[in-house]
Amino acid sequence: MFDRIWRIVIKEFIELKRDKWARFRLIVPPLVQMLVFGYAATFEVYHVSTVVLDRDQTQESRELLSRFSFTDRFTIVETASTDAQIAHAIDRSDAAVALVIHPGFSNLLRKGQTAPFQVIVDGTNSNTALIALGYVNLIAGQYSADYAADLVRRGLAGANAKPVTVNLETRPWYNPDLNGRWFFVPGVVGSLTLMLVVSLTASAIVREREVGTLEQLMVSPIRPYELILGKTVPFFLVGLAEVALVAVFGTVWFRVPFFGDPLILLMGTVLFLLSTLGLGILISTVCKTQQQAFASNFFVLNPMFTLSGFAFPISSMPVILQWLTYLDPLRYYLVVIRGTFIKGVGLDALWPDMLGMAALGAGLLGISILRFRKSLD
Amino acid sequence: MKLVRIKAMAIKETLQVWRDPFSLLIALLMPLMQMLLLGYGLSLDIKHLPVCVYDREASQDSQALLKRFQASVYFNIVEGADNYRDIATSLDRGICVLAVVIPPDFTERLNDSGVSTVQAIVDATDTNTANIAMGYAQAVVGGFSTDAQISATDARGRPLQFIQPVDVESRVWFNETLESRDFIIPGVIALIMALVGAQLTSLTVSREWERGTMELLVSTPVSPMEVMFGKLAPYFLIGLLDAAFCLVFGVFWFDVPFRGTVSTLFVATSLFLVVILGIGYLISVKIKSQVGAAQIGLLVTLLPTALLSGYTFPIDQMPPPVQAITYLVFARYYVTALKALFLKGSGILDLAPQLLAMAAYAAVIAFLASRAFRKNLD
Repeated sequence: MFDRIWRIVIKEFIELKRDKWARFRLIVPPLVQMLVFGYAATFEVYHVSTVVLDRDQTQESRELLSRFSFTDRFTIVETASTDAQIAHAIDRSDAAVALVIHPGFSNLLRKGQTAPFQVIVDGTNSNTALIALGYVNLIAGQYSADYAADLVRRGLAGANAKPVTVNLETRPWYNPDLNGRWFFVPGVVGSLTLMLVVSLTASAIVREREVGTLEQLMVSPIRPYELILGKTVPFFLVGLAEVALVAVFGTVWFRVPFFGDPLILLMGTVLFLLSTLGLGILISTVCKTQQQAFASNFFVLNPMFTLSGFAFPISSMPVILQWLTYLDPLRYYLVVIRGTFIKGVGLDALWPDMLGMAALGAGLLGISILRFRKSLD
Repeated sequence: MKLVRIKAMAIKETLQVWRDPFSLLIALLMPLMQMLLLGYGLSLDIKHLPVCVYDREASQDSQALLKRFQASVYFNIVEGADNYRDIATSLDRGICVLAVVIPPDFTERLNDSGVSTVQAIVDATDTNTANIAMGYAQAVVGGFSTDAQISATDARGRPLQFIQPVDVESRVWFNETLESRDFIIPGVIALIMALVGAQLTSLTVSREWERGTMELLVSTPVSPMEVMFGKLAPYFLIGLLDAAFCLVFGVFWFDVPFRGTVSTLFVATSLFLVVILGIGYLISVKIKSQVGAAQIGLLVTLLPTALLSGYTFPIDQMPPPVQAITYLVFARYYVTALKALFLKGSGILDLAPQLLAMAAYAAVIAFLASRAFRKNLD
């Protein structure tokens, strides 16, 4: 029995060795995708192009605006002198944020009254706009608090004035510098593994059927489960090597730390690969041609990628889609891979996801083997 | 070039798409599926973020502050912790994303010095969510702070004078409610165009090779140019139909505003389709296997459209060398035009740079494609 499985395994590796295209596909696109994703996938908000209009031209107004030029969140690209210039700059996307100080700003401040500070944000990119607005509020709020404290200290704010403030001290855990690559690079490792292993497994089996060699295998003394084992073991090993290649390349190139236990990551990866192999075999039993197997990319893998929480949080999806994500093995694997890389957590935190992957893997492999056996009869 | 031959070619190609369930699936079902999946799935709007609270004072003030977190649509208190270890466990397990810690001397400090500090620990694994959550938490605490100032009294019970020097009046243009859907859906159209256009056309010539009909095609009097026009015309129409579908679906189903003119959208989409179809055709001529052509097609059209066009990830946040590369990504111009058309209502003159860039691209690709097909059987 082991002998027959072993022979199939060797046959698969020889096929892989002689298929130049498959080897290319295993190494070059994943690395290119890792690079492109690593550099392009970012939601960070730095150097937001900003146009300022200071119609007060006083020490106070200049002080407030200078606080915006001293942070790396904003870059002042234009100093406008009319409202029309502001509108023009935002319409043409020359600036995404406009800061406007009206005349009389400092007069109101000196009297201890509240002075408006007008901010216009281009909402076309809602995410950037939201985060930029947060920073504007933070900087202006800090200025406001400093000014209030100054008024009180100099006794200019009235007899019974005392600033009462509650501050929020924020502490980002796990990724103190909020470096987006720490979030995306491990995610790319998981996503690429899913895409590669599933399409590789599916197309290998479909090709065998297309070429007609599957029938030859059937008339040999090999038993169906031996055939399935023999065909999946190579892809399992290839998948493991792929994870190692992409993970090492991504973490070294983009300097992403690894805080967790490699053994736990290995365990999660093995469970994840079970699901991907099951999915690959399942697709191969449904599709008759390589062309159809390729199309499954769009109908199966793309949705899985979208629903995995790779970039868009699952908690923001409509409830029905959130339920669907429980059927997505990548969803669990991303938790495990990010948990081990960034959070450095162990099984006590990751067991539900391990369990989810194990259940999905068992289910997918079970169904796919049943279907595969049927397709052999 | 004879129109009648182009027409014959186009009819043949249309029938081929019509009778091939796989092509039909990509042409008709794919746009609908992608629109629903991406329209609903790609949301960055954060609501009901799970919060864990650790109230070390348990006073009226601290409870009032926590009530504000509970009342906010952005937060949802899921757990009350009794120590820092509980917080660490909750964050480790992903039970909560934000933990609010109120110090034991919260009210005392507020009364004595007027300044009190609350701590927010946030799970920064997902940096974007963390950033937004911190912004919302700042807003909640800021609101509480303002009210505390208004209702504060001095030692003799007289109200303190209210001081808030600067008030930020923010206004958001083009997408007033900051719906992430309004910013995603226009880009999804580019993605669907790239997907459908490149997938369908990348098969068109390789299919003739694989099915052995290339000999037949070469033996007819049709010229290479006629082959190109005849083969691409049906896909061009399918592409326009899909674009129209996306527009209607986006505006009526997802309520995305469309402030530009349909004619400008038509011009931009036509130019983009010429580029995409041309690239698909080029690949199809060069690579004789259908699967290989489809894969290369995916790599050259879909990947740059998804990542380097600015459709979800803002180009201005990428490193400068990558930003330079995006100028070579034709989808960048289309996505910019789409977003401006939907949200800003830009006219054809505002979009002249994007349209010209696409036109230049289209001219180069069309030139290359017209020379690619040779009538021989090697």
